[in-house]
Amino acid sequence: MKKTLGTALLAGTVLGGAAWAEDVTLTIESWRNDDITIWQETLIPAFEAANPGIKVAFSPSAPADYNAVLNSKLDAGSAGDLITCRPFDASLELYNKGQLADLTSLASMANFSDVAKSAWQTDDGAATFCVPMASVIHGFLYNADAFAELGIEPPTTEEEFFAVLDKIKEDGTYIPMAMGTQDQWEAATMGYQNIGPNYWKGEEGRKALIEGTQKLTDEPWVAPFVQLAKWKDYLGDGFEAQTYPDSQNLFTLGRAAIYPTGSWEIGVFNPQVSFTMGAFPPPVPKAGDECYISDHTDIALGMNAKTGHPEEAKKFLEWVGSPEFATLYANALPGFFSLNSTAVEMEDPLAKEFVSWREKCQPTIRSTYQILSRGTPNLENETWNASANVVRGAETPEDAAKRLQEGLASWYEPQKAQ
Amino acid sequence: MAKKRPVRWHIAVFLAPAVLVYSAIMILPLFSTLNLSLFTRTDGGTGFVGLQNFRTLFGDPRWSAAFWNALGNNLWFFAVHMLVQNPIGILLAALLSLPRLRFSAFYRTAIFIPTILSFVVVGFIWKLILSPLWGIAPDLLDMVGLKSLFAPWLGKEEYALTTLALISVWQFVGIPMMLIYAALLSIPDEIIEAAEMDGITGWSQFWRIKLPLILPAIGIISVLTFVGNFNAFDLIYVSQGALAGPNFATDILGTFLYRTFFGFQLQLGDPHMGAAIATAMFGIILVGVCLYLFLIQTRLRRYQF
Repeated sequence: MKKTLGTALLAGTVLGGAAWAEDVTLTIESWRNDDITIWQETLIPAFEAANPGIKVAFSPSAPADYNAVLNSKLDAGSAGDLITCRPFDASLELYNKGQLADLTSLASMANFSDVAKSAWQTDDGAATFCVPMASVIHGFLYNADAFAELGIEPPTTEEEFFAVLDKIKEDGTYIPMAMGTQDQWEAATMGYQNIGPNYWKGEEGRKALIEGTQKLTDEPWVAPFVQLAKWKDYLGDGFEAQTYPDSQNLFTLGRAAIYPTGSWEIGVFNPQVSFTMGAFPPPVPKAGDECYISDHTDIALGMNAKTGHPEEAKKFLEWVGSPEFATLYANALPGFFSLNSTAVEMEDPLAKEFVSWREKCQPTIRSTYQILSRGTPNLENETWNASANVVRGAETPEDAAKRLQEGLASWYEPQKAQ
Repeated sequence: MAKKRPVRWHIAVFLAPAVLVYSAIMILPLFSTLNLSLFTRTDGGTGFVGLQNFRTLFGDPRWSAAFWNALGNNLWFFAVHMLVQNPIGILLAALLSLPRLRFSAFYRTAIFIPTILSFVVVGFIWKLILSPLWGIAPDLLDMVGLKSLFAPWLGKEEYALTTLALISVWQFVGIPMMLIYAALLSIPDEIIEAAEMDGITGWSQFWRIKLPLILPAIGIISVLTFVGNFNAFDLIYVSQGALAGPNFATDILGTFLYRTFFGFQLQLGDPHMGAAIATAMFGIILVGVCLYLFLIQTRLRRYQF
């Protein structure tokens, strides 16, 4: 009798344990805290409905702290099962340390082009370790109502761009352009990397820099700084202490007419603005010049190599690589353009405008992201500082470029040789 | 012949808990940090490099420029505290201890309250107050006709660090005030009465009688300020970010350490260089505290009542 009871108890425990184990919870590490509602209300329910027994939790941290927080968590073994991947070296380093799993064999990888995968591959392209999710396109948003009121058209050339800014400034109703230098990255990402590709001719210049055939002190790389230095007069009072959220608010409250930015703002701004928004690509130096845009492969999803639930995590990643996810994601987050080879139908007109530039302009990615930010001093971080200095007028474009070049040449072999 | 003294086990037994806990949570991590700074990351793991990290920190033009910049900023941060926070703290304590002052408990509490606020709250509030776009500082200055004096202080290289130091002073002035206030209260009435009999009253009483008696408390406050300032990080990080802008004008040792140790944006963290900076900070604080202990503390005269 006693034995039977014991066996029954044991069986009960085992069964109970099995039932318990069936409901696996996968945790996603991410820096996209803006997207928490989209994950919780749209994406995760769609996955959970199709995959009973797997629960997914989205657990973002602050964007600026993400890399530091993630690295510490991975080192300590407390990171989530799924890791949102920054493009290029930050993630490559995690893969090399064995913290991100190799996902080359994932069936859904076939849905992505080589360019889309390049940001999350080893240098030789042999292993892919994150499923590409989206890219963002840089450009300028403008207050279309204000433009109509002042009778101005979106500019297409550098000259027109400054003519428009002058006109807005003269009128005085609006701050011509919303940008601050307090957070530094605005000047670099929304400034330098936004307008730069038109001067360094996109991929051509970016690759030449990596190969060492061009230098940051060459004219195409100094020219964007020369432009930025001219922006100073069109920014609001006290732009030196203006933060990124300040700039966003200035534009959405209708106090500023133009906002240099990227497509990721579309989803954030749409519910906030009471005016019509328009977008124009970075103006080209001269009419008729070929245009280039920064179409930056920005976000992907990988798997923690030490996850306790690799099978379930792979199942989720297969879904992330599917056309179904691409459609859900691109429409829930207008401005994050799917990298999936299957064409995604988007509804948001502003997102459509951004993505239409892909047809007339040559796309490239941010110049500092691949390889060039592997050493110390870090080129991307130095570019933040240099761009903010140039906009504030604290450093001349030539000095800033010289400093960046010296920093890069101090550790990067192909640039050293020169 | 004297009897052999028994081994006094109870001393070891009573000391053991404190020694064990202190070693486990203070001494061990300290030595492991020192140890970490002697290694570097190599392809296959970590390798011992001796003092190479320190040679890089002080020898490489970029690293050393960043280090000396952070140290210089830190010294200025400390100087502002010593010149503004502590004198104001002493003054407030002297005013509070006036017997005829009404509502002194209210003032004491009101001035002390910012000390218990989180850095995040303080940084955020002040950033808003000083914001050129939405802040009340430009409007307030406008009301008294001094709008021209307003500048986006936190975004200007020449003002940002001093502004932050003054914000920190605003937050922490309650601590010297409380310590000095306690020291002032502990001065026996007989001494004050004797001074009054001798005709020493008012300010001259403060300078000649009270100040010498509270000097040890001022010494302790100076050490606390020194250690606190050289370990500071939170306020700068909250209001200026890890890059300590504009152009590293507000970069202090704490933010420099954070950026190096944990990395920032595309810069990956380097725990070994970070540990080297932490060790340098430890050395600076150690030297500072020792200077105080051996040069100043020993010369302070103490009075027994």
